[in-house]
Amino acid sequence: MSTNVEGMRSGRTTSAYDEGANYFTERARPGLPSTSAKRLANGLGWFSIGLGLAELLAPKAMANISGVSKERTGLIRLYGLRELAAGITIFAQEKPTEGVWSRVAGDALDLASLGAAAANPETKKGRLAFATANVLAVTALDVICAMQLSNGNRGIHAEGSCVVNRAPEEVYQFWRNFQNLPRFMRHLESVEDHGGGRSHWKAKGPAGMEVEWDATIIADVPNEVITWRSLENSDVDNAGAVRFERAAGNRGTIIKVNLEYNPIGGPLGAAIAKLFGEEPEQQLDDDLRRFKQMMEVGEVVVSDATLLGTGYMEQRPARPAAASELEGAESLPSQTATNYDSQRRTMPQ
Amino acid sequence: MKANCWYGKTSLSVEEVPDPQILNQRDAIVKISSTAICGSDLHLYNGFIPTMQKGDIMGHEFMGEVVEIGREVTNLKVGDRVVVPFPIACGKCFFCQDQMFSLCENSNPNAWMGEKMFGHAASGIFGYSHLTGGYAGGQAEYARVPFADVGPIKVPSHLSDEQVLFLSDIFPTGYMGAEMCDIKPGDTIAIWGCGPVGQFSIRSAFLLGAERVIAIDGIPERLLMAEEGGAETINYEEQNVYEALMEMTGGRGPDACIDDVGMEAHAPAAIFAYDRIKQAMMLETDRPHALREAIMCCRNGGTVSVIGVYGGFIDKFPIGSVMQRSLTIKTGQAHVQRYMRPLLEMIEKGDIDPTFVVTHRLPLEEAPHGYDIFNNKQDNCIKVVLKPDWSSNGNGNGVTKDSYTIVH
Repeated sequence: MSTNVEGMRSGRTTSAYDEGANYFTERARPGLPSTSAKRLANGLGWFSIGLGLAELLAPKAMANISGVSKERTGLIRLYGLRELAAGITIFAQEKPTEGVWSRVAGDALDLASLGAAAANPETKKGRLAFATANVLAVTALDVICAMQLSNGNRGIHAEGSCVVNRAPEEVYQFWRNFQNLPRFMRHLESVEDHGGGRSHWKAKGPAGMEVEWDATIIADVPNEVITWRSLENSDVDNAGAVRFERAAGNRGTIIKVNLEYNPIGGPLGAAIAKLFGEEPEQQLDDDLRRFKQMMEVGEVVVSDATLLGTGYMEQRPARPAAASELEGAESLPSQTATNYDSQRRTMPQ
Repeated sequence: MKANCWYGKTSLSVEEVPDPQILNQRDAIVKISSTAICGSDLHLYNGFIPTMQKGDIMGHEFMGEVVEIGREVTNLKVGDRVVVPFPIACGKCFFCQDQMFSLCENSNPNAWMGEKMFGHAASGIFGYSHLTGGYAGGQAEYARVPFADVGPIKVPSHLSDEQVLFLSDIFPTGYMGAEMCDIKPGDTIAIWGCGPVGQFSIRSAFLLGAERVIAIDGIPERLLMAEEGGAETINYEEQNVYEALMEMTGGRGPDACIDDVGMEAHAPAAIFAYDRIKQAMMLETDRPHALREAIMCCRNGGTVSVIGVYGGFIDKFPIGSVMQRSLTIKTGQAHVQRYMRPLLEMIEKGDIDPTFVVTHRLPLEEAPHGYDIFNNKQDNCIKVVLKPDWSSNGNGNGVTKDSYTIVH
């Protein structure tokens, strides 16, 4: 699929376009779970709800069965609520990966609590061992199910779109020149175009990690679509597509981006990144907003509060920054070499 | 430089902060000669607008001298005297090109916050929370002005600061409030709120051809200023507004109503208490008393123009009255850039002299005192202008030169 990109670009644009179109039909809903994983997840969902109700409504009986102190009914009720939440999450999601992973986290908490109970003299040791064995068995099931769901998943998927007040030809041209991408994609450090549809990408991962990969163009239809994917031995497996559509009434161009990547550190890594405000769709939206600014205004627009980034955690007070505060920050637009608009003005038409 | 910074509900501090610098190539740095406190600043002061951060510089009505320009600014030069509009607008996007500058798509780097709260984001605004971009405000000695090739307007030297300062916000805002009423000769316009914006709406309504303007407020000096502008007045503390308006218009109601009040409406005790309690309990964020009343009073088929600032959610909104009686509601943050030039021409011709609205002039250092008297309607305060180059006399009362005082 990745071969003969030049040929596709010059002579066989129709088939290249077909491939581009196929990319969306085949991958429109990526990573739906296999039926067996889904069935297992449903079973675990019912188990969560049953156990949750029992813990919530009959905490004393549950304490008795598992051999822990009867004074622990408050905690057991709380755990019941957690089970119910996990169960509901599983049934609410078409692909209940998070729901099942939340069950795994709950299992870990249960095991820790049972471990703590072992130290309590009121605990009936035999019953406790029985309860622990049961939890361990369920934990194994949960982990298997969650792994299956996560493997079926092609990774994180993000979609975003924006309208730019420029013709598709101009917008495509700017995007196709991959060296431009780091000017508005905050996590990209650099992109080198090696020709023949091959390129080398460097990006900042979570916690300041450096990640790199080679990518190849799958389809490139001028002014309409570019799709790409990473090659083997990438730090981050990823694929993406950007479409350019003339907006109704000739009001510029609608840009639609789909991205997929396997997060660094797997689902757990993605969950941790989320905690630190790294929401993939939000990142893409912000990148597209900066892209629009580049195209319409000529540079990325900054305010005092967003000198270090637009995320909630990155906001600084809306007041000028002292030089010391900006040390290590990305270079400001006024310091970067070129303004897209002045480049355009000076370009021979 | 010195700047007036927000530190929480009714907590301000004028303190030393770093000087601004050029950050984008279309920026200018302006040395501020006059800067005003706006009624909408009080929403920040009273803690009703979310996404404020400790240390944020306040203020969005300012003017001064250009002292530095970015590479891409070709229409201004160092030394130009300019008034800066409060919305920040790029001039290139769909909305700017349609003259809807306060909806600029490129000037708000924190647009995601607006999208979460309002569905879509509006433009950046100077000194008005992080939701509107997180730009340092103009209650300071200097300000960085983005898109200086689009916003600031050069003003002639024969006009004083106070004659042109309000082109930054309240004159265009009051004017747009009246313009949205689509006034026809002979129309009667009712205006809720006789604060600074309301005062400009009154005068603008007459300039646009209204025959009668009826102004509503509860504060005597504000009603007096409204009368000086040619309005008939209703004091809601003394009269039932609906009954008074119906009596004045033969039961039909005014042709158009302007809400120049916004989210912190005051009202007769019971209704005020109802909305204030709901606001305090976060059941609604805004107190919509003026808006409800404007809708109920407007004549059938009339227009309700909402130029007072709202920030969130209200309840008991009389949508039935709007629908059953074919009302039109028009609203928006003023597209100031659209109005600056024509309104400057009106000032130059002498059609209006905006200085009438100023009651207090204080050194910038006494900004917290200015907010206090403006918020609590003390000392007949209607409009405060802050002067960065005046020094405080240290007694906390400010140096009040030529104070406009109404004798009762």
